[in-house]
Amino acid sequence: MNGNIILITTLVITVVGILVGFGLVFAGKKFHVDVDERETAVREVLPGNNCGACGFAGCDAMAAAIVKGEAPVNGCPVGGGPVAEKIAAIMGTDAGAIEKKVAFVRCKGSCEFTKNQGNYVGLEDCRSAQMNGIRFTDCDYGCLGLGSCAKVCPENAITVKDGIAAVDPRKCVACGLCVKTCPRNLIELVPESKLVRVRCSNRDKGPTVKKVCSTGCIGCMLCTRLCPTKAITVTNNLAHIDYEACIQCGKCAEKCPAHIITLPLRSAKAEAPETQAAPNG
Amino acid sequence: MPLRPFNPSGELVFPLSQHIGKPAKAVVKKNDPVLAGQLIGEADGFVSANVICSCSGKVTAVEKRRTISGQLQECVVVENDGQFTPAADYETRRDLTNLTNRDILDAVKAAGIVGLGGAGFPTHVKLAPKNPDSIRYVIANGAECEPYLTCNDQLMRTKAAEIVEGLELILRLFPNAEGVIGIEKNKPQAIAAMEQAVSGKERMSVRALETKYPQGGEHNLIKVIVGADYPVKMLPADMGCIVDNVGTIYAIQRAVCYGEPLFTHVLTVTGEAIAKPQNFIVRDGTNVRELLEECGGFREDPKKVLAGGPMMGFALGSLEVPVVKTTNGLTCLVEDGVELAQKRVTHCLGCGRCTTVCPTGLLPGLMADAVRKGDYERYEKKLYGLECVACGSCTYICPANRPLTETFKRVKAEIMAQKRAAQAGGNK
Repeated sequence: MNGNIILITTLVITVVGILVGFGLVFAGKKFHVDVDERETAVREVLPGNNCGACGFAGCDAMAAAIVKGEAPVNGCPVGGGPVAEKIAAIMGTDAGAIEKKVAFVRCKGSCEFTKNQGNYVGLEDCRSAQMNGIRFTDCDYGCLGLGSCAKVCPENAITVKDGIAAVDPRKCVACGLCVKTCPRNLIELVPESKLVRVRCSNRDKGPTVKKVCSTGCIGCMLCTRLCPTKAITVTNNLAHIDYEACIQCGKCAEKCPAHIITLPLRSAKAEAPETQAAPNG
Repeated sequence: MPLRPFNPSGELVFPLSQHIGKPAKAVVKKNDPVLAGQLIGEADGFVSANVICSCSGKVTAVEKRRTISGQLQECVVVENDGQFTPAADYETRRDLTNLTNRDILDAVKAAGIVGLGGAGFPTHVKLAPKNPDSIRYVIANGAECEPYLTCNDQLMRTKAAEIVEGLELILRLFPNAEGVIGIEKNKPQAIAAMEQAVSGKERMSVRALETKYPQGGEHNLIKVIVGADYPVKMLPADMGCIVDNVGTIYAIQRAVCYGEPLFTHVLTVTGEAIAKPQNFIVRDGTNVRELLEECGGFREDPKKVLAGGPMMGFALGSLEVPVVKTTNGLTCLVEDGVELAQKRVTHCLGCGRCTTVCPTGLLPGLMADAVRKGDYERYEKKLYGLECVACGSCTYICPANRPLTETFKRVKAEIMAQKRAAQAGGNK
């Protein structure tokens, strides 16, 4: 009796299994969708943040677009050079030069340099504050310090300290979300290797800047005269550095009366042996 | 607290954009002498309004100054000579026997009248809908539902006859319309005064409304008075309604009957922090600090000074800003009043209280969720987020202290900016 039940059950299951197996094989052939193998390969190489910084809906959409030729192979700002090279290898094209970029906050006006005014009780959101005209310092261009950028950063690379936001370049993946979020357009993506940057966005005239911030760009033009490659221009009372032309000699940073052109110690130490023009220390 | 005229002594600042629409163009230069009632900013385009000087003196600058909204805007700065010499005679009543509808609209436009309820929409645009015959109701908004503010109540008590005359002038433009003055029941004296003033007048009545915030919102007022709900997308004119604040109607009466342009309006200075709360007839351009000092300054240190009432008013970043046409109140709150804002924000409980209080019938919880996810399209198209009137009811009721209204205000501004950018791009 017991033996029979086991036998029948085994038989039934085997037969059903075989039938379903055939059905699956048939369905697999019948409803087969051609997927470009390269798309899967590209998708595997992409970082998988799904941050959308490339302009596509996520890494899957980006991979499909690359394979279709609608997006450049170096279109992923997060992956940067290494990813672009891998994708180029898959696609059989040249990756082109892509430099890793990092977000950079163009304001140095921390509590130390600006006068804090009033007490703010309200929404911790720079965009709301900006819309309502709320200011914490007299500067109309500087960082509001409520950290909207820090909140959107997927990598937690931004911290607000002493009233201004700072980006940790080691964590930053240059997705650009903070750039879009900042209501004062303070954040820009700059090449990581270029460390000479202007840390101010104030476009007012010198005397006005002096009144509101002790470390704002006064548009004195000294940097434009000092620059050996003419990489610095002053437009709207604010210095701009052309990163392509900048050779990072640091002369501008050394002489800037407002001390807003940066030359971090790290770069000075690293490049001092190579570049004669680098300042001491 | 009766209305009291206040003449400032310091310099006066007139922002060229005190209304919705294009900023006015300055028609005076530095060192030009000006008189009270003189035109200093000319309307630029159809949806724009004139800016009128409220004192006599000399223009010291036309420059960017901080305004009550905290933004830097082009302003005319006038050094006040303390005389307040009027540019014309505003006391003698004009002869109105040959007054045409065109004259009324022209007078309103020339006077720079905008909606004094707070939005500042140019009144001459509102009074000129496509089809004037289709207007069934002209509603005088005397609800003044915002807590703390009492200046319109005072205005209705003291200037009832003038408001009724102003309403009659508007009714001349709309032959098929009935004039309804809507007043919340918590102002019995104003209701009595207005009822007395309308007695014997044709096509006019006073309607006592339930005291319920936001009764004075345009949409809600129409709903109550017409007795029918209507889609949020529709304009009041589509419903056959024109809604004007009682202050605006008073200004229309002054402009048409006396030729006086809009340079004074009523304003309440109130709040627990202020020593002597008062109602003023204030001149445009008056410095906020000077006005607060006139009220005896602060009794205790205010935590927030709001332009407007506690529900819809916005906090000032600085007191060195001028009062504009649409400033109908200054509310100085002490700590208790802002306690809510300092409470910890917790997660949405999904309780749905915001939905029950929304006067427009929106779903604030879902709207905030769409914003959090960055899905502005859903916010706009599916949840009708642009129809939010920013009354503040949802934030007030939220047990999780979520900043709902603040978020919607921001997102609305962002979406409108995107639309404008898209439009500008399309035109090129």
